[in-house]
Amino acid sequence: MSEKIKSYPGFRIRTADFREGKVPYVAYRPKVRYAWSAGIAMSRFLEELKNGRIIATYCNSCGRIMVPPRVFCEECFKPADGWKHVKDTGTINTYSVSFIAGDASRIKEPIIVAVIDIDGASPGMGILHKIGEIDWKEVKFGMKVKAVWKPPEERVGSITDIKYFKPVKEETL
Amino acid sequence: MFGKKRVAIVGAGLTLFRRNLKETGKELAYEAAKMALDASGLELRDIQTVVMGTAPDAFDGVHMKGEYLADGAGARGKPYVRVFVGGGTGVFTPLAGWWHVASGQFDTCLVVCEEKMSSCFPHPAYAFTTIFDNILARPLGTTLIWIFALEMHRYMHKHNLKKEQIARVAVKNKKNALDHPCAQLGANITVEDVLNSEVLCWPVQRLDISPTSDGAAALVLASEDVAKKITDNPVWIDGVGWCIDSTLWTNRDLYYPDYVEYAARMAYRMAGIKNPPKEIDLAEPYDPFDYKELHHMEGLLLCRKGEAPKLTEEGVTQRDGDLPICPSGGLLGVGNPIAAAGLMKVCEVFWQLRGEAGKRQVPGDPRTGLAQAWGDLMQYGSVIILRR
Amino acid sequence: MSLEKITDPRNMKHWLGHMETDYRYTLGIAGERFLNEIKENARIMGSKCKKCGVIYVPPRMYCEECFEKLEEWVDLGINGEVYTYTVAYLDREGKRLAEPVIYALITFGDAFGGLVHKLGEVKPEEVWIGMPVEAVFKPPYERKGSITDIKYFKPIQ
Repeated sequence: MSEKIKSYPGFRIRTADFREGKVPYVAYRPKVRYAWSAGIAMSRFLEELKNGRIIATYCNSCGRIMVPPRVFCEECFKPADGWKHVKDTGTINTYSVSFIAGDASRIKEPIIVAVIDIDGASPGMGILHKIGEIDWKEVKFGMKVKAVWKPPEERVGSITDIKYFKPVKEETL
Repeated sequence: MFGKKRVAIVGAGLTLFRRNLKETGKELAYEAAKMALDASGLELRDIQTVVMGTAPDAFDGVHMKGEYLADGAGARGKPYVRVFVGGGTGVFTPLAGWWHVASGQFDTCLVVCEEKMSSCFPHPAYAFTTIFDNILARPLGTTLIWIFALEMHRYMHKHNLKKEQIARVAVKNKKNALDHPCAQLGANITVEDVLNSEVLCWPVQRLDISPTSDGAAALVLASEDVAKKITDNPVWIDGVGWCIDSTLWTNRDLYYPDYVEYAARMAYRMAGIKNPPKEIDLAEPYDPFDYKELHHMEGLLLCRKGEAPKLTEEGVTQRDGDLPICPSGGLLGVGNPIAAAGLMKVCEVFWQLRGEAGKRQVPGDPRTGLAQAWGDLMQYGSVIILRR
Repeated sequence: MSLEKITDPRNMKHWLGHMETDYRYTLGIAGERFLNEIKENARIMGSKCKKCGVIYVPPRMYCEECFEKLEEWVDLGINGEVYTYTVAYLDREGKRLAEPVIYALITFGDAFGGLVHKLGEVKPEEVWIGMPVEAVFKPPYERKGSITDIKYFKPIQ
């Protein structure tokens, strides 16, 4: 700024100016639709979710058991060596309590979201999911949780075939 | 020395940062670029190449935005490239400008960053929808703030931090921004204001977040030969670093940004810096959220892991402290037109080192400064070190 | 891992979606004045660079040659000529149009650039490159400050 500069360019307008017709504009809504293919690893993963199981891939070079599964090990940069079922239990690595929905609107019942490190996979191998059957104030880091599955006939091969993860006592695992 | 040629910054330009600006993206790019050129004493015909940085096309709602912006950035008929590394773009763009000149290919380079997020409504966050995993994350109803809340919470948990300690960053930066003529959200607020603001995704509250903005920033880079001819006080780009981690962010420990550390180490090595807290006189780490400033101070090795909140509490990071952090007011105070916000930080370090920062000038005749930006799925770090 | 081949297409998983984004483009400093002149005064303006003399149409705020800010505006009248044209037989979704639409780039004297617009009151086979045309404006009460305030360009008889 440089201190020599006396004024900075930019013509400020208010969002309300658009509504009130004070600032002309051109409106546009893109008409685009997408179909994202799940790909090789994720298709198998989703099929297994339909069966009520979580599946990983593993790499024999570094020994990692990887969730979400992938067809290549990004550390060793080689194809993964095979598939392995892991447990549907895990540990809360981190969590947040969301008071906003996907469209940023406010919601009354907060959503608890967490990264859950999955048992049977290598340490720190987490997935994103929701936590249920617990008041959000009671959630703790390191809490043991277990997947609550939709009934088999309702599963479609989606991450939402798991309704959420619920807290469980360590000894029941 | 890494590059063949030493590269200097010889001029900087900046527009206002506001929620809505009337100018088109091209016009914003022009205003910043023209100001930087005028400051350097060069004319457009003296510029040999132009590097543009701008975030996803979905914000401005303009496909091939780099091409669209080219004439406003003074690039018509010149070698031109647009670079993009998410939120890391604003600091990455001058790094790209640096290698254009350091390689010996060009003597002058105009670096421009632009963002006009207001085109996308009701909220530009919609444009982020598809950065999340389409198969695993989006069906859960992911919002942008979720992932940052998860990172922030992990950081707080690992170091046993309280929200108050983090809120101090928002208080400091919004206050610093009161002295910035381009700032959107300079304010005198208290820690209580932050703690009482609306909870969006615990632990993220309304006042923990930077706004969305329109704006542009620009720099003129020159080789040593040219710089010495046109100015008595060039500011040298002495260190550059950049690094990316995996998009599989649920497989990483989010409490610490390794990729920022790798980028910082690359830049320190090049600049010959052995003891960053001692040798860096001021820093502008990326602060789209208040916790990110702390997270990044640690990743930049400006303090030990978990120590940044304590330094903030002790006033070390104030403008008159031992290690001023975000003296500009940062993204929290000046605003966050993504790529332009990152470059605003580099502009700030440039002005600080030249002693031209006016009311924001940090005391003690600073000689070495650092700016850093962060982006993509919490996975990208870009670092630049400037010296007078 | 041997990657299993998927032979049953039903096992090809996909996820459907879209990006729910709306846009509002401001016209900018030069664009707002340009369209306002069309709306209020039914005239096509250009902006002139004092330094290198170039007149830009559509007008811009800056000269892309010398980077001067452009403050001087000039009235280009409403007459131009066809620089190039195309005849569209399909709409944006690929459907056959009942009547073909002629789109042309129209230039105005020595001004740099031109306007892309429709041609009207003329058949495709009658159009020629270099043909003089004039702007046909909507009546004042229908004009909104949009490029479509010009209905089309028609041949000058």
